Amino acid sequence: MKKAYLLLSDGTLYSGQAAGAEGSAIGEVVFNTGMAGYQEVLTDPSYYGQTVCMTYPLIGNYGINFEDYESRKSWVSGFIMRELCEAPSNWRCKLTLDEYLKRQNVIALTGIDTRSLTRRIRSAGVMNGIVYTEGYEPDAARIEEMQAYQIRGAVAAVTCAEPIVYPSDTGEVRWRVALYDYGVKYNIERELCRRGCEVTVIPAFTPPEEVLAGGFDGVMLSNGPGDPAENTGLIENLRRLMDSGIPIFGICLGHQLLSLAIGAKTEKLRYGHRGVNHPVKDLDTDRTYITSQNHGYAVVEDTVDPARARVRYVNLNDGTVEGLEHIGRPVFTVQYHPEVCPGPMDTAYLFDRFVSNMEQAKGGASICR
Amino acid sequence: MPLRTDIRKVMVLGSGPIVIGQAAEFDYAGTQACRALREEGLEVVLVNSNPATIMTDKAMADKVYIEPLTAGAVRQIIKKERPDALLPTLGGQTGLNLAMELCEEGFLEQYGVRLLGANPDTIARAEDRQLFKDTMEKIGEPIIASKVVHTVEDAVAFAEEIGLPVIIRPAYTLGGTGGGIAETWDELREIAASGILHSRVDEILVEKCIAGWKEIEYEVMRDGKGNVITICNMENVDPVGVHTGDSVVVAPSQTLCDKEYQMLRTAALNIITELGIEGGCNVQFALHPTSFEYAVIEVNPRVSRSSALASKATGYPIAKVAAKIAVGYGLDEIQNAVTGKTVACFEPALDYCVVKFPRWPFDKFVYADHSLGTQMKATGEVMAIANSFEGAMMKAVRSIEMKVMSMILSRLHGWSDDEIRAGVRRVNDERIFVICEAFRRGLMSVEEVFEVTKIDTWFLHGFARIVAMEKELSNAGAVSEALYLRAKRMGFLDRTIEELSGRPLPEAVRRLPVYRTVDTCAAEFDAETPYYYSTYDTETEVAPGDGRRKVLVLGSGPIRIGQGIEFDYCSVHSVWALQKLGCEAIIMNNNPETVSTDFDTADRLYFEPLTPEDVTGVVMAERPDSAIVQFGGQTAINLAAHLEKLGVPILGTPAWSIDAAEDREKFDEILEKCGIPRPKGDTVFTEEEAAAAASRLGYPVLVRPSYVLGGQGMEIAYNEADVREFMRVIARDGVENPVLIDKYLMGCEIEVDAICDGEDILIPGIMEHMERAGVHSGDSISVYPSLTISARHKDTIIRYTRALARNLAVLGLVNIQFVLYDDQIYVIEVNPRASRTVPYISKITGLPMVELATRCMFGEKLRDMDYGTGLLPEREYYAVKVPVFSFQKLRDLDTQLGPEMKSTGEVLGVSKSFRTALLKGLIGAGFEMKRKGAVLISVRDADKPEAVGLGERFEKLGFELYATSGTANLLNRHMVATNAVHNVDEPSPNIIDLIESGKIDYVIASSVKGRRPELGAVHIRRTAVERSIPCLTSMDTAAALLRCLEGDIQIENCEMVNINAI
Repeated sequence: MKKAYLLLSDGTLYSGQAAGAEGSAIGEVVFNTGMAGYQEVLTDPSYYGQTVCMTYPLIGNYGINFEDYESRKSWVSGFIMRELCEAPSNWRCKLTLDEYLKRQNVIALTGIDTRSLTRRIRSAGVMNGIVYTEGYEPDAARIEEMQAYQIRGAVAAVTCAEPIVYPSDTGEVRWRVALYDYGVKYNIERELCRRGCEVTVIPAFTPPEEVLAGGFDGVMLSNGPGDPAENTGLIENLRRLMDSGIPIFGICLGHQLLSLAIGAKTEKLRYGHRGVNHPVKDLDTDRTYITSQNHGYAVVEDTVDPARARVRYVNLNDGTVEGLEHIGRPVFTVQYHPEVCPGPMDTAYLFDRFVSNMEQAKGGASICR
Repeated sequence: MPLRTDIRKVMVLGSGPIVIGQAAEFDYAGTQACRALREEGLEVVLVNSNPATIMTDKAMADKVYIEPLTAGAVRQIIKKERPDALLPTLGGQTGLNLAMELCEEGFLEQYGVRLLGANPDTIARAEDRQLFKDTMEKIGEPIIASKVVHTVEDAVAFAEEIGLPVIIRPAYTLGGTGGGIAETWDELREIAASGILHSRVDEILVEKCIAGWKEIEYEVMRDGKGNVITICNMENVDPVGVHTGDSVVVAPSQTLCDKEYQMLRTAALNIITELGIEGGCNVQFALHPTSFEYAVIEVNPRVSRSSALASKATGYPIAKVAAKIAVGYGLDEIQNAVTGKTVACFEPALDYCVVKFPRWPFDKFVYADHSLGTQMKATGEVMAIANSFEGAMMKAVRSIEMKVMSMILSRLHGWSDDEIRAGVRRVNDERIFVICEAFRRGLMSVEEVFEVTKIDTWFLHGFARIVAMEKELSNAGAVSEALYLRAKRMGFLDRTIEELSGRPLPEAVRRLPVYRTVDTCAAEFDAETPYYYSTYDTETEVAPGDGRRKVLVLGSGPIRIGQGIEFDYCSVHSVWALQKLGCEAIIMNNNPETVSTDFDTADRLYFEPLTPEDVTGVVMAERPDSAIVQFGGQTAINLAAHLEKLGVPILGTPAWSIDAAEDREKFDEILEKCGIPRPKGDTVFTEEEAAAAASRLGYPVLVRPSYVLGGQGMEIAYNEADVREFMRVIARDGVENPVLIDKYLMGCEIEVDAICDGEDILIPGIMEHMERAGVHSGDSISVYPSLTISARHKDTIIRYTRALARNLAVLGLVNIQFVLYDDQIYVIEVNPRASRTVPYISKITGLPMVELATRCMFGEKLRDMDYGTGLLPEREYYAVKVPVFSFQKLRDLDTQLGPEMKSTGEVLGVSKSFRTALLKGLIGAGFEMKRKGAVLISVRDADKPEAVGLGERFEKLGFELYATSGTANLLNRHMVATNAVHNVDEPSPNIIDLIESGKIDYVIASSVKGRRPELGAVHIRRTAVERSIPCLTSMDTAAALLRCLEGDIQIENCEMVNINAI
């Protein structure tokens, strides 16, 4: 078996075996603590530019099926696991993980001490790294390139080129929703379609005027990759969209962009939240939910203008902002992933809430508390 | 919500004696709960009949009642203590059932006792078949479809609704006679007809067959606010059909994708929410292997064996959090004690694989039925952690202490290929090893084994990889560093690698393991708990010591007959004593059910197998200053020599002394030197030598292998044929150590535990057995203080104990068994280590034996402590220990008591009156005190004279007597009116029909020799056990029972004793 390596920007070298494609890939190295769900992780566009290390040691156990993709392809820069299963077992399994990684041209590394890597990232913070197979050893220039690497233009890289319409699952179109694709996961539209929405996935850079003229009942802002503050154009667009009074629900990057649009700031977390076990408290109801998370940035609590929005959801582990309730507008956002995939489905009720916001807006009733 | 303000005093119910299906896990849960409640400043009243537990320790609760777990006793305690609340969800099914009984009869309400953690409605909806079905239907959770029918036509009609295959279960037939799985319509008609025929009430249950589905469990928690979380899920390697307690289990699930995982997780959360449980709950699912179809098999609305496993597998303290929830806290308000930073309202993430492996009693009970099914048979279990499935599996099998160090079971070498192929089909304790052997011989492919066993191919590939590694090692010649490392990561021991490769491993290749932390969060947060497992990686997470003296305490491994929870009690107390002495205590153990493996018991916990190599790893990582082995049963004792070899000084009694106590010649020398008599005996290796020795000594003789615990393989031989049979049974496992043949003295057995500081001894009490010598001490009713021993004999016992302790260089605890025969005291056995009776005698005398023993090891002298030396003055309370058996769970096992231990647990009865203490003990052990009815007597000739006396006493009480012809004649001749009944081999209606008729209340049945299930006497005893009729096999036990019946004392009138106040 071919050897493969991970060189971190701090100079640490991990050596293991090659999996997936051959070559070398630079990325920001992050870890995910979910014990299942690698197929969804691989195809989540929010991982664009990142090399993902799975902390669970046995990966690929149930192979890859053709139903659980979260987007049309894999977006990770590189993929790291302790042990890659060569003989997967599951009734839906169509490919081994290795076959999929090869098809997707993902350079992967297996057989390394993933806990050591995780502990390193936890203490030093996320850092860049280069995954390479034997024969693709990086030279000084490539190492320099790795060290200087920053995820840039991520949304542009992952968003769709043309609008795509997904019909309602229920047979009737109760609501028409525009879904901004900042790197959308399929399950957002699945959740909406299931609730009687016809969903139009629109490119990230679609001007708000077009949306407002499109006869939509609500706007959904998707998850997505990269540094939220970099997206100045998108943030400006959202300001205009918000002023229209249309119901908006933002997830993850959508939440961050909308927060930036009302003047709040975002900051990079030391090593982010990536997993399916994060407790989030709803301060209004005093209930805590286990959520699926994947973000490296967070909204800074004291930069949220109380006249514009209030923090409704907080992370119980580190107290970071997990969601905002906008004042006077039918707008709410969450940092975590109610659409899950992977992860616990406990907060899917937020989609119901969005639907009911659209209902109220249409009925002309007073909108959202 | 913060702590409830309406509660000041909480009663906690334990789970009673250890039986199959209810083991140490509830001591662990109860102990954690008691500590959690006291942390909140609540007064805790604890009730548990099991004296070997840690939860019944003085330090665990404000009031401790070691009283029968019956409604009668608990009512008395409630009246006396008037608690505000009762917490019933931590005492297993026993605690829960008892609480429900008190609740339903209105007693709790009458006395203003609130039920915490669950309400009767919740419990009924989880446990009542129909209510459960209705509840699941209401929330749309599928259950296994079933229907009771009385005709073949109805069976067919129902099967048409639910589809084939179906299981037919005839009503009221033992062992399911006449039932089976129907795959086709013809089979259905045939089996349904046969089932209806066999059923006494012409009734069968038609159930959708889910054999071969995956069995998945979720541990879930909910608080009063409605917050719900899952702690972990687990996947059974054995598909549906084998009791989860008898299944090899992995955590987390391995073959489920996120969709399947979340689907079942959501279902589990919906169920706990609908039931309204506040605390922990376990949900078992069957998942169709090739679709998203699933069914809820069972819901346990309480802390269970699985939750103990889940706690240890994840580091999440389920029982503690459940207790906090019960008194009002929300999950979001409780801290995650492992990280110290995050809250308990989260779901643990594992970055390792956990394997649980059951420990079955079939090594002792060779004639019991080994097959596995819906009735649990394991007495205990082990858990292993590694970062691969193979590694965890291999660690697990070497932890069960069945002399297997890998997936190679040597006795399979003699099986033919056909036998192996057939063996793969048989669901029993050996199956996994047989599968590996099939792979090893290339007899079957993974797919073929899957077709037969329905064990998921993911697991089978794991076994196949282990076998492939064996081959690679066998073919390797010299083992390279890379191959060595791969083998180590799969869990191979150096010893196994050497055996397979056929040559010693070069020092340069050998590596030591490093240790990883179980931190609940896959390294996402820094953990504060030093809970470790070994891996073959490069970084170790073991923190350096803090300068305190480090002491390694070896635990006792899985619960098995002969080595139970009492050794965990001793290990834990030793840890606490060490901490008091300013040492850093390190514990090494592999039993997930215990308190010793709780992450906050010791300063450091190593969850590891207890083999020499695994001990070496921990020793090299920790460099302990010394080690203690005398509290961990035979498991730890067996490692003493290895520790000494590693240069770790053993605190307390040295290894040579342990050897001297077991070695016949050395021991005889010591006895001779001390002038202490013992029954004459001899050491033999062969059948011929044994027969010769026995005739020299004169029958009866005691035959037993040396270096075993719990009298394993020990028998009384009355003639040469017996000697030969027993020698052949012993020889089957290979005679490594000599076999001891002793003259059997049928006297009164006396037992003593003592602490020795090297000079002085302290005996907390002398215990006398009610059954005469010949019944294993663990199976005897034991009485403290002794009833019949004269002062002169007591002096002799003290003198002998002192002499033996000194001459064996005992430093710490020693257990000595004596027999009083013909007015002379003989020594029959010396165990220079903690024994089964230490917890009970510590509690009743108030002497902290383990703590004192530990202090002695550090050089303190008994005379400088506050307890004196010699024999502690007798207390004014009697404590009667009564053994408890799990015979119902083990088919074909003979219940005749003898020198080989058979009990799984024990209870204690405490009272100022002996008779009351005995009554409490018997009631606690499950005896019903019937004062009229019918007794059946069928005894061996030797017991007949005594049977006459017993019969007479039963007759006087108004019992009707039945006996087989010989016994009946004798009784009638002695003017005891007895009905003669046909024996087993005589025509019907015979003795079996009589027992099955339900007319009989007590059976007294003994025979010269038993074991073989086909024997008539065994048949009588098994029938009684299966009908739940108390069956007494010793005349002494029967006499004890009579003593209680004659006394006419009611438990309702007995004083309930808080042992903290005596």
